[in-house]
This record gives sequence, C-alpha cells and structure tokens, in this order.
Amino acid sequence: MKYFGGVDVGSTQTKAVILNEEGKLVGRALLDMETSMVTIAQDAFDKALADAGLKAEDITRIGSTGYGRYNVTFGHQQVTEISCHARGAVYLFPNTRTVIDIGGQDTKAIAVKPDGQVADFTMNDKCAAGTGRFLGAASYALELSLGELGALALKSQNPVRITTTCTVFAESEIISHLAKGILPEDVLMGVHQAITARCISLARRVGVNAEVTFTGGVSRNIAMVKLIEQEIGMPLNVSPDAHFCGALGAALMARDYVLNGGQTAEAAAAVAA
Amino acid sequence: MSKIYAAGIDIGSTYTKAILLDGDRNVAGKAVRRTGFKVQQAAELVFEELLKNAGVERSQVTYVGATGYGRFSVPFRHAQITELTAHAQAAVQLFPDTRTILDIGGQDIKAIKVDGQGRVKSFRLNDKCAAGTGAFLEKTARYLGLTTQDIGPYAIRSTNPKAISSVCAVFAESEVINHLANGVPAEDIMMGAMISLGGRAIQLMRRVGLEPGYMLTGGMTHNVAMIKALEQALKAPFNVAPDGLGQLNGAYGAAYLGLRRAQKLIAEGKPIPPTAAQLGGGESTSKPIRRWSALGATRNRYEIRDSGAPTTAQFTISKRAPDLTAAA
Repeated sequence: MKYFGGVDVGSTQTKAVILNEEGKLVGRALLDMETSMVTIAQDAFDKALADAGLKAEDITRIGSTGYGRYNVTFGHQQVTEISCHARGAVYLFPNTRTVIDIGGQDTKAIAVKPDGQVADFTMNDKCAAGTGRFLGAASYALELSLGELGALALKSQNPVRITTTCTVFAESEIISHLAKGILPEDVLMGVHQAITARCISLARRVGVNAEVTFTGGVSRNIAMVKLIEQEIGMPLNVSPDAHFCGALGAALMARDYVLNGGQTAEAAAAVAA
Repeated sequence: MSKIYAAGIDIGSTYTKAILLDGDRNVAGKAVRRTGFKVQQAAELVFEELLKNAGVERSQVTYVGATGYGRFSVPFRHAQITELTAHAQAAVQLFPDTRTILDIGGQDIKAIKVDGQGRVKSFRLNDKCAAGTGAFLEKTARYLGLTTQDIGPYAIRSTNPKAISSVCAVFAESEVINHLANGVPAEDIMMGAMISLGGRAIQLMRRVGLEPGYMLTGGMTHNVAMIKALEQALKAPFNVAPDGLGQLNGAYGAAYLGLRRAQKLIAEGKPIPPTAAQLGGGESTSKPIRRWSALGATRNRYEIRDSGAPTTAQFTISKRAPDLTAAA
C-alpha cells in the first residue's frame, strides 16, 4: 500500500494528514503556530504519521500548501491553498460548487468546477478584517477558548453592532462594550455577524451556488455556520475534517501525481485530450 | 486680574492627557495616564492627578475644556472642543510658524493644515485601520517583548532596517514572527516598522498638502527613532514641543481655548457657565455646553464661498463625530 502526506502551514495553525492509496484519510494532526514554520511543519507531519501508525519511509509523496508551504523542507510539491481547498472540499463533498474558507488570517471564497478545479476565487489580501482573527480578538477579550464562542453567541437575544472594520480596533471595541456591561453573548453575536457580513460579500463576488462547503478552522464554530446559512439561504456542508481541507487537497494532489505516473493532473488530462 | 487656572483634558483612545495653564498661559501642571475602558473614571483620575501635580485646589480651576474621542465623558467640563481645533490652536501657540500638523495617536492619525491664527484649513484622518497608527507599533513592540517607552532608544541602534509591510497590522505581526524566526535582529524589525509607519503618515500629510512649518504631535514625540524615520521620509525637520508637551498638544489646545474664553467672560463681567454635570447628564451632549468645532470654521470659510457640494473634509468629519454640527 502506498501512502501520501499533505501539510498545510497556515497563519495560526499547521495541519497535516496522511492518505492511503485509495484516498482514505488514515492520520491527521493539528498544531498551533510557533515561531519556526520549518520545525512546526516537521512536528505536525510526525504527529500525523504517529496517528496513522506509519513511518516517514512509508510515505511515497508529500504535498505542501498554506502560506508557509515553502518551509516544508521534506515536501515534494507545493500547491496554493486555493487549489488545495477546492480539491479537498470536492473530496469531502463531491457536489461542492462553492467553497467558503475562513482561516486564522484569511477568508476565501472559491467557485469550483465539478472535477474539483478552481473556476474563480476571491480572498482578503489587504487586511485581516472579517477573518478568524476577529474571533481570536473576542476570545482574548472574553477569556474564552475559541471552541466555546459559537455556543455562547447563539444565546444572544440582542446582539450589539460592531462598527469597526479593523481587527486591532475591534478588540478595543469588544472590551469597551463589555466594560459598559453589555452581555458577553450579545457582544459575541455582534462579532460573528461582522465576520459573516465580510465573508458573504466576498462570496457573492464569485457567486454562491449549491452546494456550498464551509472549510477552515472557523467552520467548527456553530454560530458561524448558522449565520452564513441564514444569509445565503441554503444549508452548508460542514465536515468534522473541514479544518484539514487544505492539507487533504495537498495530499490528494500528491496522490494524483503518483497515480498519473509522475505527472500533475493537468498534464495527464492534457495528454489524455 | 485675579489668579485663574484653566485645565485641558484630552481623552484619547489609548492615553488620557491633562494640562493646567495659569492666567499667563504658563504650564502649571501635567498628567498622563492610560485611558482604559472606563472613560469617565479616567477623566476623574487624571484631573485629580493634575491638581496634585500642580498643587492647585479644584475650586481654583475656573474653566475646563475637554477634547479627544472621550470628551463627552468628562462631567466637569465647561466646553468640549474637537481634537482638530485643539491641536491646531496649540500648535500655533507653541510654534507660530506651524502650517502642517501630523498627529499620530493610538488609534488614529491626523494631518491638519492650519493658518497663522491656528484655524483649521483642511485635514485628513485615518481611523479605519490600525496600520499607520500607534497601535501598529504597540503590537510590534509587544511581540518583541518591548514596552512603548523603550522602543525609540532600542530601534535607533538599527543598522539594517528590515522592511515590514504597511497594509495591515495583523499581517505585519505575522511578518515580524517570520523575521524573528529567520534571525533578524529585533532592532532592525522595530526600525522597519517605524519606517513603514512613517511612510504612511507622510502619505496622509501629502493629501492636505505639504506646506513647510511641520509639527509632530501625539505620543510619538517621545520616540526618537520615529522622529528620525518621519524626518527622513519627509526630508524636512519637524517641530517637536519640549518637556513632553508634544503628547499633551490636544490638552494644551483645550486648556488654551478655555482660558481665553474664561478671561473674556470675566473681562465682560459675565458669569462662567455651568459644567455638563451641573446641567445634568455628564454623558449627554446637552445643548448649552459650548463647542468649538473645526467644521464650523471650515464651513464659514468654504461653504459661503462655494455653496455647492460639501467639501470632502466636512464629509469625513461629520461621519465620524456628529457633535460637530453646531458651529462655534
């Protein structure tokens, strides 16, 4: 049996997965960002190997993605996170046509073709407004873990409006609302609504077509899922492995390369045509 | 004339500043503290500290002018004054040749063009994005384990500043982490952040027009490396007020305008008006409270001449601070 690795070095977390020849997910690992992207990539990969019960020499090919993809010194190929998220989302939900990915420092909307290729995308490139960092600011101010935010926000009866765009200023705004005695759930719901508004305006630029798959760490937040569903008026596909979507895509592309006899999928398709 | 005092309180996003002027416009006392999130409490505390530093009783202070974003949270104010008006007045008092003011605050940055009488001719603000404000440097410093006080002397040692992107303070933080991981010395990162901030600040100044007679105000006046970075980018020197007055510029303007008003009232034999608290409602913007506004001055000068569309300046400011609609 051949095995393939995918490592996604993101801005706040590094994700690694191991796939077998049939494309089944056999190992995963998730680590918080440290100062060195090189060592964290290695650590995440080692942890995924251990999770799969495999050794480094069992892996045929490794793909890397994410903004730190060139720091994966043991990787064989680097692919952008846009392509990897599209590929990963179609792997998790084959009918995906739109991917919404909210990560630690970026938010992307990707329109995908039925074969998992990217048709169009938009992302925030100038500013961290409306990304996972907004939730990070809320979690810091409220002294809650990221995992607790969604459930608490859903208790809100009277959400407050967050008026600042900048993530840095939002943190002060959150604290000043709390200091005025506004309930934490109402402040939190306001934060969630602000992210939703930003992310929907991005998604509308590529067009929102069914089915929509929500990926990235923020997809684990139930309040975000609910708000985006309300806004687009259709259900979202959310997988427990959505956090690993980029890494999955990278591993799938490494697998494609080997199964196509040492060619990228595009090159193989070109030859076939 | 009997001895009178006027106080200026400037409640900024990060620091609250207070200054006391005597009847001859000499500085009788100063106080600075972090604003925190209880703005009204910050106002009370800074005022108490100011009186203590000056050795003056509360009852001896005839007039209190409040400015800054928290100016409506000063219950003992006699008047509220927009930051722009206060900065412009103070700048021309301290350096009569000032024509262009750059104020770098904790959460915004202003470029103000003034005339010889300290009136605001035009201005531009950035208060939407932390890149290019004090918050950007504070974040970078925090990551390097430095306080805002030591970054100046620290960064000035840099021999090879490392470029830091100026688009977003959050992205810049990731860049700082990368540079550190790659072994770039912290002083080169810090200086790079200041050069990047300086570049943005000068861009904002260009938008009001670079008229020589430059003055730098705000907390950055304490930071030698930042002054150097700004002067290099502008290729001209900045006037910087001595004795920490640069950070107190807004408060100075508020105190100065208050003093002038109080002296005029006394000379005319009129009573000093009540404070906001005496009028009921420390937080409210109740009408009888006197306001000075840059918009009023701007409107008098421009709107009468061309009664067409409002100027960009008016648009920017009316969006930000609805209290400015009343003319001085």
